[in-house]
Amino acid sequence: MSASTTIPAESLVGKSLTRVGGRDRVTGAQRYIADIKLDGALHVKLVTLPVGHARIISIDTSLALQVTGVSCVITAADLKQPVPRFGPSFNDRPVLAVDEVKYYGEPVAAVAAEDEDSAEEAARLVQVEYEELPGVYSVERALASDAPLVQAPSLRGNNPLAHTNIINEWKLDWGNVDTAKADLVLENTYTFPMISHFAIEPFAFMASAKDGGITVWSPIQHPFVMQRIIAHVTDLPLSAVRIIAPDPGGSFGGKAYPKFEPLLALMALKTGRPVRLVLNLEESFQASRRASNQVWVRSGFDHQGMLVFQDIRADFMLGAYVDIGDRVVSKAAYTAAGPYRNPNARILARSLFSHTTPSTAFRGFGVPQVSWAIESQINQAAEKLGLDGLEIRLRNVAHKGELVIPGGTPADGHWEQTLQKAADAIDWGTPLPSGRGRGLSMGMKPSATVLSSNVLARLHMDGSLSLLMGTSDMGQGARTVFVQLAASELEVPPEKVQITMGDTSIVPFDSSTSASRSTVFMGNAVRLACQDVMRKLKEIATEQYGVAQGEIQIFGGKLHFAGRSLPYTTVLKDYFGPGRGEIIGLGTTRARFEPEHPLGGNPAFWELVAVGCEAEVDTTTGEITIHKLATVTDVGKAINPQQVETQDAGAAIMGLGHTLMEHLMLDDHGRLRNAGALDYRIPTIKDMPGSLHSGLVENQDGPGPFGAKGAGESGILSISGAVGAAVSQATGVIIRDLPLTPERVWLALQDKANINPSAIHSKSLDHDSGVHQLADGLK
Amino acid sequence: MSTQKYPIKLEVNGEWHTLQVAAQHSLLQVLRDQLNLTGTKECCDEGECGACTVLLNGRSVTSCLILAVEVDGSSITTIEGLGQGDQLDPLQESFLEHGAVQCGFCIPGIIMSGKYLLKKNPKPTYEEVQEGLAGNLCRCAGYGQIIEAVLSTAEKAGEAQS
Repeated sequence: MSASTTIPAESLVGKSLTRVGGRDRVTGAQRYIADIKLDGALHVKLVTLPVGHARIISIDTSLALQVTGVSCVITAADLKQPVPRFGPSFNDRPVLAVDEVKYYGEPVAAVAAEDEDSAEEAARLVQVEYEELPGVYSVERALASDAPLVQAPSLRGNNPLAHTNIINEWKLDWGNVDTAKADLVLENTYTFPMISHFAIEPFAFMASAKDGGITVWSPIQHPFVMQRIIAHVTDLPLSAVRIIAPDPGGSFGGKAYPKFEPLLALMALKTGRPVRLVLNLEESFQASRRASNQVWVRSGFDHQGMLVFQDIRADFMLGAYVDIGDRVVSKAAYTAAGPYRNPNARILARSLFSHTTPSTAFRGFGVPQVSWAIESQINQAAEKLGLDGLEIRLRNVAHKGELVIPGGTPADGHWEQTLQKAADAIDWGTPLPSGRGRGLSMGMKPSATVLSSNVLARLHMDGSLSLLMGTSDMGQGARTVFVQLAASELEVPPEKVQITMGDTSIVPFDSSTSASRSTVFMGNAVRLACQDVMRKLKEIATEQYGVAQGEIQIFGGKLHFAGRSLPYTTVLKDYFGPGRGEIIGLGTTRARFEPEHPLGGNPAFWELVAVGCEAEVDTTTGEITIHKLATVTDVGKAINPQQVETQDAGAAIMGLGHTLMEHLMLDDHGRLRNAGALDYRIPTIKDMPGSLHSGLVENQDGPGPFGAKGAGESGILSISGAVGAAVSQATGVIIRDLPLTPERVWLALQDKANINPSAIHSKSLDHDSGVHQLADGLK
Repeated sequence: MSTQKYPIKLEVNGEWHTLQVAAQHSLLQVLRDQLNLTGTKECCDEGECGACTVLLNGRSVTSCLILAVEVDGSSITTIEGLGQGDQLDPLQESFLEHGAVQCGFCIPGIIMSGKYLLKKNPKPTYEEVQEGLAGNLCRCAGYGQIIEAVLSTAEKAGEAQS
């Protein structure tokens, strides 16, 4: 089937084994949720309002119920009272809208019918009388003193912010920003837009109630988070809640946390029938997004370009319910100052409610939104100080073992190597073709904290191996990596290793597939489970053959002792006899919870990237052409280099999306103006950069198997800063708002042509921008 | 909404089917829901993403934009119709070899567009592959590997013929 059969087990690590599960993906045999049919399932359609914020006056379902094939129409009034609320961090989101609709797309009712057509027709006939209310659709409105409160204070307990739209404030402060003396101070404001995950697989969910329990099908990244939440809304014990999670058809964080699964679970319990809801793409746009933000930053440098201080205030516009959005903001705050030696820093990141789709996890988890601002500041400082983007970073980047945050995880790699490789990849320092510019940037993301993962490894009588684990394989290729690790640990052929995932009734607990953690934490658990198998093999060999455990060695898929070499199969056959059995190994990893730490604990590793870009701007249209794009990531060790490189390349292109073209737009009623593939542009195959380089640094200095660190998100962390710098060098204009659409670039070029050239850098676009202090001799 | 059904005949992956279809149902819906050929994927339903690409009388089309009643008597090839038994089509093999598959949801549509591209133009350039696949979105964005997979298939086919 694949190259796997020809690779000897001992040399599997670091080899690009063909993707496990790849064959089903090229033949169409892979079953995503919407491809699975449940006998007798009712089709569900959601009823929503054409506004972002409204008071529900009445809901009339009588016409809808007359449609042939309609089984029921459920509103909040039909659910148990008070209507269950849920969420990964706060139980704030009602299963169906209660009294008010708080975002465009929030369902007020759900229709269940025998077929999709009837469900759609009936949903159109549900008559909702409502009164539109003033909405919070921007950071400014969220913070205005007369803004409506998005969330009822009664839901927020004793939270001192309960009477504001501020969900939380994340503060970090070290050194003394106020007394720090800098030769150059840059103060600017940057914005980053709302972004759609736009997985090609729209959301799809099913649920079925049977034998006092509930089964939910969802393309969820974290099946055990879902299990906990379904148990919460249904009042069932975890043992009665089964989550079946087939591989997602793309997620990128969008499918990390529950959306309409709790509704489906309650509908299945209520109707006694299986229920199925497949969203269309427009509805999927309304169900998840990345938080937009606004970052004000004052950065101080000495005359040699050394960072003196960073003073950062970032406001993130979350949605109507918190989802995991506040955790995103905490990570953005934690990492905001970047991978540099910052002697003084003050960071305030606020998460804000708005009447919009709840923002959730999205590849990069808050880092791209702050990196855009910080990296742009560094690039502008370099220009002011007569340095270049490479030199200023080489002077500031933390060296291995140095702290980037007091008390945090020190720099865990030779980051200057990563930076240099990215610069080399775009021929930094060589003469630049006319009309082009180059830029560099760096990005740093904290890995997962507070977690546990388990693997069961079953060594069967015939020497084949089954691994059971809760990771989701959503395209990153986790299965392939785990096959490589297990096959190399136990020295069994990779084609004899089977992996089972995605069913909480079968696999042991795993916290999540997030924060690029699976290769490290689940990978270590795989090795531990295999080692447990070996330990037990020695135990049974001791019992069976009367040999001391210390005299047994295991290698080459055999037990060696007293001059004998017995394959696993022989040992198992001798020990278990005709009744037969198997050896079960358990591997467990855990990261301890530290309640006082802003992230719940120090990250086990940093995901670190350097980006280089060479770009050209068509001054007549404002269109940017990316000639060269390079990302270099410190992955410690690539277990499967092809999979790492393809993820990095994909992440880089996704980063070009939010840098150049993607942004969700709202109208005055809080409605998405550009939901769907026609109006929301993502990169196509024609948007490929002229050259795209995905480089790796592998010093085997990570905490994972063979020194691996996590991978897969780094590519997206800091594309914008490098592209922005290249555009700036090519055109002489600085733009501080993403995306850099042709319209925006063209307008900036017009502004530049119409003003005094000497003022370009302090008055380039909408935002105030200024060089506040410039020491004599630096001009 | 009409519940009336209309009889059509379709040759799908070499086999003729007689079907009763609703006037408002797309070819995509009929393939997925009535013939259980779920390899063809549904995403945007407006012909923009290419996930539902199939060959209609040898030409690539987005099956979400075609009503089933319009194609009575036609021949359709879906992703399930590629390859011979356990033997993958060379383009499918090449996608695996080049790591062009990540989550995989867009891949059946991209492979069908690739088949049509190579049929029209057995020796495409890099830019011609980009043009030929411009209607297929991949959010994992394995575009570089996808282009390599198509070019490599063309090259191998060329070698086999010469």
